[in-house]
Amino acid sequence: MTNQRRAPIYEALEKLRKQRVVPFDVPGHKRGRGNPELVELLGEKCVGIDVNSMKPLDNLCHPVSVIRDAEDMAAAAFHAEHAFLMVGGTTSAVQSMILSVCKRKDKIILPRNVHKSAINALVLCGAVPVYVNPEVNSQLGISLGMEVSCVEQAIIENPDAVAVLVNNPTYYGICSDLRSIVRVAHEHGMKVLVDEAHGTHLYFQPQLPVSGMEAGADMAAVSMHKSGGSLTQSSILLTNKGVNADYVRQIINLTQTTSGSYLLLSSLDISRRNLALRGEESFAQVMKMAEYARKEINEIGGFYAYGKELVNGTSVFDYDVTKLSVYTLGMGLAGIEVYDLLRDEYDIQIEFGDMSNILAYISIGDRLQDIERLVGALADIARLYKKDSTGMLTGEFISPKVVSSPQEAFYAEKKSLPIKDTKNMISGEFVMCYPPGIPILAPGEMITEEIIEYIIYAREKGCSMQGTQDPEVRNLMVLV
Amino acid sequence: MEMWFSELHTNNVKLSMRVEKQLFSGKSDCQRIDVLETAEFGKILALDGEILFSGKDEFIYDEMVTHVPMAVHPCVKSVLIIGGGDGGVATELTRYDTIEKIDVVEPDEMLVEVCRKHFTELSAGLSDSRVNVYVQDGLRFLRSKCNEYDLIINDATDPFGYTEGLFTKEFYGNCFKALKEDGIMVYQHGSPFYDEDMAECMKMHRKAYRSFPVSRVYQAHIPTCPSGYWLFGFASKKYHPIKDLRAREWKKLGIETRYYTTNLHKGAFMLPKYVENMLEEEEK
Repeated sequence: MTNQRRAPIYEALEKLRKQRVVPFDVPGHKRGRGNPELVELLGEKCVGIDVNSMKPLDNLCHPVSVIRDAEDMAAAAFHAEHAFLMVGGTTSAVQSMILSVCKRKDKIILPRNVHKSAINALVLCGAVPVYVNPEVNSQLGISLGMEVSCVEQAIIENPDAVAVLVNNPTYYGICSDLRSIVRVAHEHGMKVLVDEAHGTHLYFQPQLPVSGMEAGADMAAVSMHKSGGSLTQSSILLTNKGVNADYVRQIINLTQTTSGSYLLLSSLDISRRNLALRGEESFAQVMKMAEYARKEINEIGGFYAYGKELVNGTSVFDYDVTKLSVYTLGMGLAGIEVYDLLRDEYDIQIEFGDMSNILAYISIGDRLQDIERLVGALADIARLYKKDSTGMLTGEFISPKVVSSPQEAFYAEKKSLPIKDTKNMISGEFVMCYPPGIPILAPGEMITEEIIEYIIYAREKGCSMQGTQDPEVRNLMVLV
Repeated sequence: MEMWFSELHTNNVKLSMRVEKQLFSGKSDCQRIDVLETAEFGKILALDGEILFSGKDEFIYDEMVTHVPMAVHPCVKSVLIIGGGDGGVATELTRYDTIEKIDVVEPDEMLVEVCRKHFTELSAGLSDSRVNVYVQDGLRFLRSKCNEYDLIINDATDPFGYTEGLFTKEFYGNCFKALKEDGIMVYQHGSPFYDEDMAECMKMHRKAYRSFPVSRVYQAHIPTCPSGYWLFGFASKKYHPIKDLRAREWKKLGIETRYYTTNLHKGAFMLPKYVENMLEEEEK
């Protein structure tokens, strides 16, 4: 890998710091002097590099020097044609992908278990979703990957669709057969967009499932701040050969800030360098820790930490073993209940809990002794809180009936009704548990009895619900 | 030549002692280990710059975690020491003939080696035939143990550093499970004096109090500890530390001590008002 040792943005910031330039530009805190409390909280070094775009630091909206160089290095590190440093989270990267290939009325094929950011992009641009309903593992209550045959069928039924979007992997670590999906989509002249919000590490460890760029996808949204180690809200958008990067830049600039944070940008720069130089070794360590935790958790009895054994060649084409997902219903506890117990009783914060699973995020920052704490806490929960599991719901996937496009429904005339009175109406807004942020209902979808029951159950179990205008999620906006 | 070792007890208070020479410095997978010869405290062992024990005052600590539970429990046969790599507690325990098995679980192999070399007397017990040293994480070792020990001594001292996992609810829970139905757990309860330490002390008591039917705290004066004042926890499934004290039987054993007496035993559980208040706050 060529010259991945450099970090151009970081180096430019260091140089600027040594020059001791007197700032008569924004930000107004002037290296922190105007806001001592902020310096107390964040430290002098941190506020000192919170600076504005300027000639020696380049400009994110139109990079020509150090940001351009950093993007080129990122592209090389990820084996992409071009990389864009993003400061609006992977949400902005996912939306820029969709806005780059879809226009109003265009069809896009996607699994329904996408992150809300993807459907939000459809609200913005007016494209129409064609959902490929993922198979569900009914024991675990999780949606699996997209089967190639189902994607192919959707493509044949919708030859006018412009793109296919794939999660690689899902939050739970499930991978679809990305290479075959790319082949089929390209044969029909469709672009392939990959949401790799949970897949940065796939680019740096050959033993892990194939990455979007390697599989030949056209664009990928890579959440550097998750497994990549950069600061929260920073992300990377990758494009492959045949994608007009200059047009993509214009799309990004439609909604991206003109004051990109150099804290975020330098964190991307340094993290990219770190991944390129040491990623393979670090993620080998992460894989080892996750596998160890899985083995130990499964020995407790009652919990099921699943892994590669789920792989079936179709709906679970591959599994990302760095993910530590644990099925909890065998303990008579909903995932969200275990999540709450771990935080409230054991001072352990995990990524999320849903109806029947928890997900603990294992990363380059973990130590074996912390893994022991997590396993020890689960063993203690098994001893103290085990219950009878009859009557508990799994988080089964409820396949949606799309009645109108997300954009039409979002902007349509609506009224607010108590959830229980909304049966057979069309939703004008999202309802989701966050995390994981996968909509239970999206704008334009029919509200069924099953969905109403599910929302009420999730709320009772203590899921953090959002998406609705009503902050309590008791009322729903429905189309008049 | 002036050479001083300082340990920060808070960000604003430090304890310094004159150093004669440095005997060892090394970095294990877990921590940095230093052995220093000091003018006043004899040889000290520091982990990541914090004193684990000094030659001059370690006897207080070793005696207090050993004899207090041993004078209460009528028949200790099997003991587990978590984090006892220095061997001090194991050595103290080997003086009881009734004990059949002492398992020492220490994650840091280098610490064991360093103590064997530089603190030969203190670590002598590690070579006793009843003592088994396991180089392993304490939580991991405990996980598979059920109804196995009469006494567990948690020898880890630092709730903020490498041993933080041994001050958690999951740890106390796993200890409860590993103990027999009349088992006792003794643990480091920290120093209650400085604000940050006090907050940790309170959390610790809350966890132990909710994990065991009997949970009392006792004290000792240990000069190298923050503020020179140190607490221990006595958590038990059945025995009360004072009501069930078997003073006469213990005295009959004829064990020679420098700090512990059965009278001191009772007194050690009589705490200053501010400590009592702090603990009661967590028992609500």
